[in-house]
Order: sequence, then structure tokens, then C-alpha cells
Amino acid sequence: MSVVAVVLAPEGTPGSGVDELMGCAVEAARATGGELLALVLAGTERTALAPTAERLWRLGARRVFAAADPALRDSDAGALVAALAGLVPETGASVAVLDGDPLGAQVGPRLAMRLGAASVTEVVEVRGVDGQILWVRPIYGGKAMAAVRARRPRTVAVVRPRVFRAPAAMQEGPVPADAVVHLSLPAGALGGARPRVVERRAGSSEGQKLEDARVIVSGGRGVGGPEGFEALRRLAEVLGGAVGASRAAVDAGWAPAHLQIGQTGKIVAPDLYVAVGISGASQHLAGVSGARHVVAINKDPEAPIFRAAELGLVEDYRKVLPLLTDRLAQALGRGGDAARAS
Amino acid sequence: MHLVVCVKQVLDPEMSPRDFAIDPATKRPVAGKAPLVISTFDEIAVEVALKLREAAGSGTVSALSLGPKSADEVLRKAMAMQADRAVRIEPGSLGEPDAVQTASALAAAIRERLWPADVVFFGRQAGDTDGGQVGLMVAEILGLPVVTHAIGVRPGEGGKLLVERETRDGVEVVEVAAPVVVTVTNAPSNVPRIPKVKDVMAAHRKPIDVVELPALPVPEESRQSWAEIADLFVPAQDHRCRMMEGDSVEARVDALVRAILDLKVL
Ligand SMILES: Cc1cc2nc3c(=O)[nH]c(=O)nc-3n(C[C@H](O)[C@H](O)[C@H](O)COP(=O)(O)OP(=O)(O)OC[C@H]3O[C@@H](n4cnc5c(N)ncnc54)[C@H](O)[C@@H]3O)c2cc1C
Repeated sequence: MSVVAVVLAPEGTPGSGVDELMGCAVEAARATGGELLALVLAGTERTALAPTAERLWRLGARRVFAAADPALRDSDAGALVAALAGLVPETGASVAVLDGDPLGAQVGPRLAMRLGAASVTEVVEVRGVDGQILWVRPIYGGKAMAAVRARRPRTVAVVRPRVFRAPAAMQEGPVPADAVVHLSLPAGALGGARPRVVERRAGSSEGQKLEDARVIVSGGRGVGGPEGFEALRRLAEVLGGAVGASRAAVDAGWAPAHLQIGQTGKIVAPDLYVAVGISGASQHLAGVSGARHVVAINKDPEAPIFRAAELGLVEDYRKVLPLLTDRLAQALGRGGDAARAS
Repeated sequence: MHLVVCVKQVLDPEMSPRDFAIDPATKRPVAGKAPLVISTFDEIAVEVALKLREAAGSGTVSALSLGPKSADEVLRKAMAMQADRAVRIEPGSLGEPDAVQTASALAAAIRERLWPADVVFFGRQAGDTDGGQVGLMVAEILGLPVVTHAIGVRPGEGGKLLVERETRDGVEVVEVAAPVVVTVTNAPSNVPRIPKVKDVMAAHRKPIDVVELPALPVPEESRQSWAEIADLFVPAQDHRCRMMEGDSVEARVDALVRAILDLKVL
């Protein structure tokens, strides 16, 4: 049973999840004993695909199937599904894995339905049992793990971001001439009416992207209001980090939705995650399992966040944050103004 | 305008992990004290549908659920919020359906009982299985386009709809022609309304249209599970949190500052 890693690059270059996707695909191929393949679908000219194809080969794909068409550039998920429904069978693979970014998460189940394949999402681990794959994924908001077994000849699996590591071994040397196979898009894949974007509003571009932040100061319902988030922002500034939020804080309107961290928000992996007034619901923790160190400030000693944190402080955050901001600013010799303003 | 909202009854997703346990025999969670509730994002989907009906000035909102008799409660919840009518698919002996079985049943009921529809709404994922699959699969079965991560829908020009959707770092508005599947995520603008007491009481008197699953035209292969849960377990957790000690807030904060600096990540 060969395994194909499906890389979606409608804008031309693949997203940041390619290494992790290949990491998962390597394990899946090992579990089945099959060959590892890759398929890249890109909104570029065919000639622009060479670097991506080479990268996928280095990451372990024995053969890279490439389909390019500039018309994919402003296609929606529906067009990608239509194209993949033709292309995936051409690779001969019976297992397809996709990165679980918003696009991949949308394409996976639809593609599975089209192919009559078993579908599994949010995969965090691959287990091989007698040449068969068990796809392990969190369920019940992360309170439990389910091992899912396909009951169809084909499977489409979507990988949870920021869980798998890049493959340990890389293929070296020149890429063999026959390693890259160009495919054409199936006829009609790009036709049909589709949703059209008529307006785009970027969220506040202040600070850095949560996904890239090395430090995140995150607030929950316990922060109590927008002023509280100002105090969090000052601490984040001193630490050179970004501000995040729980769902409760987003729903209250204290932080924009794109700052939500958790299962249905951003999945982050900072070196330091400071949770302020966050109870630590499993759905929130699902977004921070990749953090190296978690610090929790909460006035309730029983809050579940203390079971996920490494350092804990039981206190009303209002008493803690100005002091903490000041002392860290002093210790780090930075953000003096920001600290004084608090 | 006819708006269908699919709603699922789930074990309260907010229950504490401390109260969560799995029955080793059935490989299902033990319900225990946790209540059964309407799945979080489905409740938001009801809210988004109701707001669209209000913006359009008229229309019907139908709530649809696949589930046993107890699922009547989530349909009544939707009606208490002011959905107009409710249909429940009685699964009979189906057991715990997977995403394909669920999507096939819902699609068949929509086609048989609720068509034509302009929008079929779903939550972005269920509060128990967290799969995020059923809405997408229903769209495939019905051959409809999908807009995901929607936070609001309003009528546009020429009978089209304008769907406001969350992107990675902001919001975009897409224009789409009905019929369409829309999956909904949370935002400050779509926090579900709390029904009035009189509406809760009225909802209890409203009829619920029950359809038997075996009577629905579902293809034979989609009556089977395509992906089964072979094992279910609670991951081991042996985490120890170091609590900051000290006689005063200042002392505890100082301890925290030292501990944070000791991590050597700043
Ligand atoms: C399918 C699904 C997906 C979800 N996805 C997400 C997600 O992606 N992200 C997410 O965050 N949630 C998500 N949730 C919601 C999640 O279950 C919780 O409801 C949410 O995380 C709670 O947010 P909170 O911790 O801020 O609020 P609460 O649970 O209300 O906790 C507030 C905390 O603040 C503390 N506090 C109060 N006042 C103070 C004070 N003055 N000083 C210090 N501490 C104080 C309290 O002790 C309490 O622990 C999801 C839920 C479902 C069902």
C-alpha cells in the first residue's frame, strides 16, 4: 500500500507544514511497508515547481507527482478537490495524507467522500499493526485519544499541524531524472461556479504571528475585560512576545478571533506560554501542547490549567501582572517605558 | 429563504477531564453526571441562521438532528432560540455512527424532507468527536459548494449571499449563490442568544417531525462505517506544577520571576 503526501500550493509555494506532513507520511509508509510518494498541486507554471519537487524528494518521496496550473491560484477548495479526485488515483497510492491547515482540513473529508475513501482528521500519531495503519487522534476535546481504522480500500488522512517532526533521514545527491512525474489537471476540474472573495480585512497586524512567537502571553475570561488585555500586552512587550486569548475572551469581544488559541484556534509552539485567567479546558490546551514551558496565573488553585503548567501562581492576576511586568523588565533590561506605563 | 441547521447532541464538552472516564467494555465515555447538550458550534450555527433570517426579513429555519429520542432536547433548544421547525432522524439500531453514516443520513433527510434549501448550516466541528467532517461530506453528497469558518451570513445582490468568514489572520467576505453549505465558527458577533423562558416553554409544545433512518434513501455502502474507532483511551498525564510560595504577593512574584529566568528561554 503506497502512501502519497498531498501538498497543496495554490499560491505557488507550499505552506510551512510540508516537513511535518512528510514526517507523518514516512511513518505511514513504514507502517504499511509501501512506497512513499508525493503529489504537489500548485498554482504556478510547471517550470516553477522544480524546487518544491526536489524538496519533497529530499524529504523522502521516492517519486514526486506534480500538477501545475496558474489557474489554480484563485481557486477555492472545491476546485482542488475536483483536481485531486482525478490525480490521487493516478499516483497508485491507497493512502493520501494532507496537512491540516485550514485548506487541507477542508479538502480532506471532501476528497475522501469523492474517492469513496475512509476519512480521518486531526491525526497526531501513526501506528502500524500487522501492515495496517491505526490513525491516532484526540477526541472529546482532547480528553481521550481514538485509534481509527479504515474500513475502505482507500484512506484520506489529515494531519494536525505542529505535531509531527520532519523526517529524520533525507535523500541525498542529485534527484534522479525519473523521480518527478508531471501530471495534467483532469479536464473540467477548474470549471463551475465557486465562492468569490469580494472583500478582505486583515486583522490588526500588531505584533508577531502567534504561530511564530517564541513567547505568548494569553488571557482568558478571568482577565475580565479589554483593559486587562492592555496589561497583558505590556507584559508581552517586555518579553518580546505576542498576545493570545482563550475562546471565552474572544467571544466576550476582548480579543479578535484570530488570536484564539486552542483546538479551534491557533495551534502554537512557543518556548514560553503564560496563561492568565484561563481555566485550562482541554480544548484550549489542545492548542498549547507544543509549548516548551507553561506558566499559569489563576486565582483558583483547583483550575485544571495547573495540571498542564510547569510554574503556577495562585493569585488575582491584577495584583500580579504590574509587578511581574516591572520586575521582568528590570531583570531583562528592556521595555522600561512599557513597564513604567503599567 | 429556507435555512437548514444540523445540530448534534453531545456529552457536555466543558466537563472537567477529572470527571471523564471511558467504559472499557463499550469503549465509550461514561456519561456520569455530565449533561447532554447541543454541540457548541451547532448552537452558534443556529444563531447565524437566525440572524440571516432576520436580515432577509423573512424565511424559515429548520433544525435537523440525527439521534435518539433524547436528541429532541437539542431540537427544542433550537426552536426555543426561534427556529421554526424541527426534524429528527431516528437512527434505530445504528449505534454510534461515523462521519460518513451521519452525513449520508442527514443528506438523505434534507433531500427527502427539507428541500429546497438555500443554506445548510453546520458547526465547524462536533463538540465530542471533533472531526470537522460531516458538513463537508453533506456538501459532497448534495453537490453543493461549501464556505467554512463562517462567522455571519447576509443577503447580497441578485439573490446571492455574502458570507463573512474568518481567515488565518483576519476576515474575508465571499459571495456565493444558493444553495450552499456553510460551516460556522465562533466570533464575538455570533454568541448564541439565550432563549426567553416563554419561548422555552413554547418549544416544548411544538411537534418534532420524526423520520426513521431505514426509510431514508441512503446508498447501501454508506449505511456501513467507513472508519471505525478501534481503540479509545485516556492519555497518561503525570505532570507536576511547581507552585510559587511566599508570604506576600511580592515574594511570590519574585519567585516566579526567578523561575521564569531559570528557564533560560528569554
Ligand atoms: C468543540 C469546542 C472547541 C473549543 N475550542 C476552543 C479553543 O480553540 N480555544 C479555547 O480557548 N477554548 C475552546 N473551547 C472552549 C473551552 O471549552 C472553554 O470554554 C474555554 O477555553 C474557557 O475559556 P477560559 O479559560 O478563558 O474561561 P473560564 O473557563 O471561564 O476560566 C476563567 C478562569 O479565570 C480564573 N480567574 C477569574 N478571575 C481571575 C482573576 N482576577 N485573576 C486570576 N484568575 C482569574 C478563574 O479561576 C478561571 O479558572 C472549545 C469548546 C468546544 C466545545
